[in-house]
Amino acid sequence: MNAIPIKNNQSVRLCDIPVLSYEEFMELNTGIAGDVYCHCVNYFGMPLGDELRLFCCMADDSSGNILVSSAFIGKDSKNKYPSFTARQLAFHVFERELHENFGIRYTDHPWLKPLRYPDNRADLLAEIKNYPFYQIESEELHEVGVGPIHAGIIEPGHFRFICNGEQILHLEIQLGYQHRGVEQLFVEKETVLQKNILAEHIAGDTVIGHTTAFAGLWESLCGFSAGEDILFARTIASELERIAIHTGDLSAICTDIAYQLGSSVFGRLRTPVINTFQQWCGNRLAKGLVRAGRNPYPLTASLGDDLNRLFDAYEPDLNEMYQRMKTLPSVLARLERTGTITRDQVEQIGAVGTTARTSGLLRDIRWTHPYLYYGHIPHQPIVKHHGDVYSRTQIRKQEIIQSIRYIRKLVAEMPAKEFPVSGLKTAAADTFVLSLTEGWRGEICHCGITNGSGDLVYYKIKDPSLHNWLALALAVRNNDISDFPICNKSFNLSYCGHDL
Amino acid sequence: MRVLSLVLILLTSLFFTGIIIRTKSILSGRKGPGIMQPMKDILRSLRKSSVFSETTSLIFQLAPTVYLATILMAILFIPFGNDKGVISFNGDFVFFAYVLALGKFFMIIAALDTGSSFEGMGASREALYSMLVEPAFFILMGSFALLTGYTSFAGIFGALHFGSYISYGIGILASFVFITIALIENSRLPVDDPKTHLELTMVHEVMILDNSGFDLGLILYATNLKFAMYGAIIANFFLTPGYEWYYSIPIFTAVQLVFAVIVGTIESFSARFRMNHNPQFILMFTSISLLIFLGVLLMTGKII
Repeated sequence: MNAIPIKNNQSVRLCDIPVLSYEEFMELNTGIAGDVYCHCVNYFGMPLGDELRLFCCMADDSSGNILVSSAFIGKDSKNKYPSFTARQLAFHVFERELHENFGIRYTDHPWLKPLRYPDNRADLLAEIKNYPFYQIESEELHEVGVGPIHAGIIEPGHFRFICNGEQILHLEIQLGYQHRGVEQLFVEKETVLQKNILAEHIAGDTVIGHTTAFAGLWESLCGFSAGEDILFARTIASELERIAIHTGDLSAICTDIAYQLGSSVFGRLRTPVINTFQQWCGNRLAKGLVRAGRNPYPLTASLGDDLNRLFDAYEPDLNEMYQRMKTLPSVLARLERTGTITRDQVEQIGAVGTTARTSGLLRDIRWTHPYLYYGHIPHQPIVKHHGDVYSRTQIRKQEIIQSIRYIRKLVAEMPAKEFPVSGLKTAAADTFVLSLTEGWRGEICHCGITNGSGDLVYYKIKDPSLHNWLALALAVRNNDISDFPICNKSFNLSYCGHDL
Repeated sequence: MRVLSLVLILLTSLFFTGIIIRTKSILSGRKGPGIMQPMKDILRSLRKSSVFSETTSLIFQLAPTVYLATILMAILFIPFGNDKGVISFNGDFVFFAYVLALGKFFMIIAALDTGSSFEGMGASREALYSMLVEPAFFILMGSFALLTGYTSFAGIFGALHFGSYISYGIGILASFVFITIALIENSRLPVDDPKTHLELTMVHEVMILDNSGFDLGLILYATNLKFAMYGAIIANFFLTPGYEWYYSIPIFTAVQLVFAVIVGTIESFSARFRMNHNPQFILMFTSISLLIFLGVLLMTGKII
């Protein structure tokens, strides 16, 4: 084997990661990606002087391993390299990032569209304001540009449609307006607490997802094994976050089709869920709940009772409202067969999370690379096959019900005894570590690399939105432009998770 | 007493949208704003000055005023039971329809004037729906003209209920058509969603994105007036000539109230149509009008 297999949240010494020549490296990883049960969870380059060390992490769903391999390439722009993308499309976004950040040139990459215009990009002359959008010359077609200022209160992003009348032929999405340099800040900030708080702010709607990934990564680096109380609390928090955001999404989907009853009932149901977080840790978005190496807000028995009471009231209302919604013809007419994305497409672009699962592609880290308490639940992912807005609505409702079941089960099994608090040791030196979690949107991947004195020198984050934005662009093709908002809402992707 | 209908319509227009919003609030379990809130919002807009985009021309500045003026003009034709409207002549319902169309025409060219791709889309949708709704109105009014032998609003409504009680049945069918015409013309559910913030799905709202301050106030008030105007036409189907004002005015008020509550209820319990289903939906009302036409032909013995 030319790649080292590791498990989720497992540290490995840098020198143990095989170094291949670029050609071997490409053959190996595009070969692995050809298997439908394998996909790339992260592919990035760490600058080392004049060179760039490329790391490719391929998740093997059947064995639960992550295959890590690396290669050195020159940072100068003299050489041109053959691209992974030409062989496996799912790598497109990683190679665009490498090209943008380090000026790596490719011989056969189909479209090196800039990703997020970071301040330390290779080509400082390229600016977001004069980006040349893809165009089709025609008298009959018209272009519609939406954003970057959003009509509502969400984040900035520019959408450029090419339409034939009311029908969308092509959508190009340009993001990067939210770029804050999060990965760089992870290296610059010295204390664990600072890094932890940073992780909470990667994407405001996936606080638990990202902080659990960070905490898992850091604890692995420090050789800390989390006690059962920590595992229980984090698992319950992850599922509670999923319930809260999915409920909010159901409400937003109803708002977008002007179904007032659903909009207000689902909106009302979301409030007590996030209020539970407030009661638990003092923040409705669960900021502060997850801290590497400790459990600042232990899950008490009374909170467990509150959770049970919450769901006793929540579940019947959700079921009743959903039942009413799914039997209303005017709602179904808007949701069914709108914004369809096929299994072939999600497989090609490497979509993850609910987007992949609604098109019949089973990708769920909780199932394939279990972390926290998920190995014991046992988790069975929900899969839908139509890939339309209705599927994405259905999966939300079903995942909510599933998460409620898990939380009830976990609360019942909760360990009663106190666990001793052991502090974090210093992080291991010259180590690579990778952490995968399944946020409500999909797979989150954090990678960290330390230097000889155990300080973080490189940090890499992959939010599920990175791949899934392309799914939205493909899903709206040949749909009415007036159906774009509902398609967008059904994916509910993160702008800042993408822009970092 | 020719001004009676004008006065009543102006009064109703102050409350109409407020009642719709209140109905929606109550049905979704909220308290909701006061009945007068939409009017307060309009007054607030009217006190502000307008901002004009540099790409717009005189047309854009004229349009809101023309729009409101055409609707006020159209209201002058609406009779009230026995009392004619302020203006009345033979064939005035044709004039009524095209005066409204003139206002709409100005709104459409003003939207195009902004040069925004959104507003162009909205204008094209609005033009299409107005075009599709026109046959329903004319077949309906034509049927009544045939039934009564008059061609003015006042003549038609004055003579409508002297025949049999079937006229009330036709009145109910016609109210149904008029309610939906009003919903389409005012860009409400299920054709358009006035509450949405998504430019891409808007019809009427997207056309007025560039209007602000005083102009926006005029347009918003015009919408209220239009609702009250259609409500008054519907009320006329139930105002029996010869009844005194102490019957007529309560009937008028009740019809307007029921109309507003119906609009609010529709908007609470259904989702909006997919854009490309709208033309089918709108054409359906032309076929209902044709049914009324057939009924009138049967009643007048023109066929069989």
